[in-house]
Amino acid sequence: MLARYVVRRILQLIPVLVLVSLAVFLLVRVIPGDPVLVMMGIDQDERARITPEQYRVLQHQIGLDRPIYVQYLNWADKIVHGDFGLSLATRRPIVEIIFERYPATLYLAATALLVGLAIAIPAGVIAAVKQNTKIDYAAMGFALWGVAMPDFWLALMLIVLFSLKLGWLPSIGYASPFDNAGLFLQHACLPAIVMGTELAAPLTRYVRAEMLDQLRQDYVRTAWAKGLPSRMVIVKHALRNSLIAAVTVVGLQTARLLGGATIIETIFSWPGVGRLLIDGIYQRDYPIVQGAVLLIAVTYVFINLIVDIFYKWLDPRIKLE
Amino acid sequence: MSQETLTPAVLTVTEKGVSTSRFVDALRVIARNRLALLGLFIVSVGIFAAILAPWISTHDPYEINIAGRLQAPSAQHWLGTDFLGRDTYSRIVFGARTAFIIAAGAVFLGALFGVPLGAIAGFRGRWIDSTIMRFMDAIMAFPGRLLAIALVASAGGGFTSLFIALGLGAIPSNARIVRSAVLAQKEREYVEAARMSGESDFGILFLQVLPNCLSPLLVRLSLEFAHAILAESSLSFLGLGLPPPTPSWGLMLKEVTPFLQLQPLAAFFPGLTISLIILGFNLLGDGLRDIFDPRQYER
Repeated sequence: MLARYVVRRILQLIPVLVLVSLAVFLLVRVIPGDPVLVMMGIDQDERARITPEQYRVLQHQIGLDRPIYVQYLNWADKIVHGDFGLSLATRRPIVEIIFERYPATLYLAATALLVGLAIAIPAGVIAAVKQNTKIDYAAMGFALWGVAMPDFWLALMLIVLFSLKLGWLPSIGYASPFDNAGLFLQHACLPAIVMGTELAAPLTRYVRAEMLDQLRQDYVRTAWAKGLPSRMVIVKHALRNSLIAAVTVVGLQTARLLGGATIIETIFSWPGVGRLLIDGIYQRDYPIVQGAVLLIAVTYVFINLIVDIFYKWLDPRIKLE
Repeated sequence: MSQETLTPAVLTVTEKGVSTSRFVDALRVIARNRLALLGLFIVSVGIFAAILAPWISTHDPYEINIAGRLQAPSAQHWLGTDFLGRDTYSRIVFGARTAFIIAAGAVFLGALFGVPLGAIAGFRGRWIDSTIMRFMDAIMAFPGRLLAIALVASAGGGFTSLFIALGLGAIPSNARIVRSAVLAQKEREYVEAARMSGESDFGILFLQVLPNCLSPLLVRLSLEFAHAILAESSLSFLGLGLPPPTPSWGLMLKEVTPFLQLQPLAAFFPGLTISLIILGFNLLGDGLRDIFDPRQYER
């Protein structure tokens, strides 16, 4: 059953990936101005210095003299073979640049995920166990406010407090966790708290709701009735089953962490793919923009696929929509 | 008896013995739900601020006064001034206009395309359904913010491209909500009855089925408003949204970021405003969800 589900999900993915690649390909075409000049990073002033011959050579070089579907197929063929082209700013292969930056994004997302889970699971469980008490209201207040607060504002406020006023933590910079774990943690602390809060806010609510649901189930009542210690009933029985349902939320949020870290990486000067994308936009380095957007979208799609499969594996009752 | 009275939405109301309209009913439930009421209040304040901006602001939001830059809140400048000495309170009030116009445009566009696409997909099923939904999946393959960033990066900032960038991202979620609502409705007896009375598919879908799918959509739209406001301020914060000197909450934050050390309050108030408005829409959305109990439509 699971194998059939996996095959079906993967087959569904093919048209989605084709459409995603088509969208990324067309992205550069909707930029106002001549695509040849855009793709070569030539601005209007320089345009006058290019002879028609040179222009035609450039056009041929990028393949813009061919019909659009041929252009797409050529581009897609290159992408499949890992050739994303060269950056306009540095003339280096984009694949190289992106994979240089990707680990930083992954480390930050992983740290943020840990922070988020460390907040959300205890907060959600305690809120459910102590339903309608002050602790519950505090946890729900945090969840509501955490969802409403823009991450970039939280980032700025944390910088004001911990970097500018107290001087405890740096507001910019990066070190690889494998080169200097201590320094990495120092630098990752603020961005991971911001991203972790983003993740924890909806998750706390979700864990609480699931826990409330589970605590009312017969098997939990039986466990209580058998006289099992409350810690065991809550953690081993109710929490375990609540987390199955929470997997989807965690998965979706993780995908968002990997894809949506653009602003946070930019604020904290974190050298990840998100900041690469924003820098690419500022510098009008469109091949970089294309590469980064494609990579982020594909990562997002695959994480979603893995989450769905994992979820289905955990709970075989779930039907494919 | 007109066709209208046969629809389940009306039937439930009559079954409950409630003679008033559903809207009044909804208001009553909101009034009982304190958090939803708070949400409605915050949202109303935001809307009034946007409409009445020229009358309730204390200064011209564009008026520069370098000598009085980065001031703390005072009797003259209630929320202080920004890096050019402009009045923060007045810019926040006018910023509400910007935020609401863009959010309204984006939500409208998202619904304009999302609702009919989802309705047709759900009603027709088969290859039409899978084709439409694969397109929706493709749009959803871009994490929300990324899609908007990518579109605005290529199409440029400004109102129109923000409408499109934010509206496009809202299409799939609308389509999905409406699709599942239509799926739940289309097997109902009133659809069969309408079909037997010779009504066209188009008429059944848009005049009979769709009006019964509005409740989950309304919840979704309220949450989308919040999304759109957040997305607009994110883009403006990155410098990809509206150009200066437009009063936009995100842009206000971006502009004072280099001066955080000198005057953190200049960044505090615009961010607080965004948080409050989003909180308002979320609370309202949650309240509406409680009213309509769309558990059956949840994705």
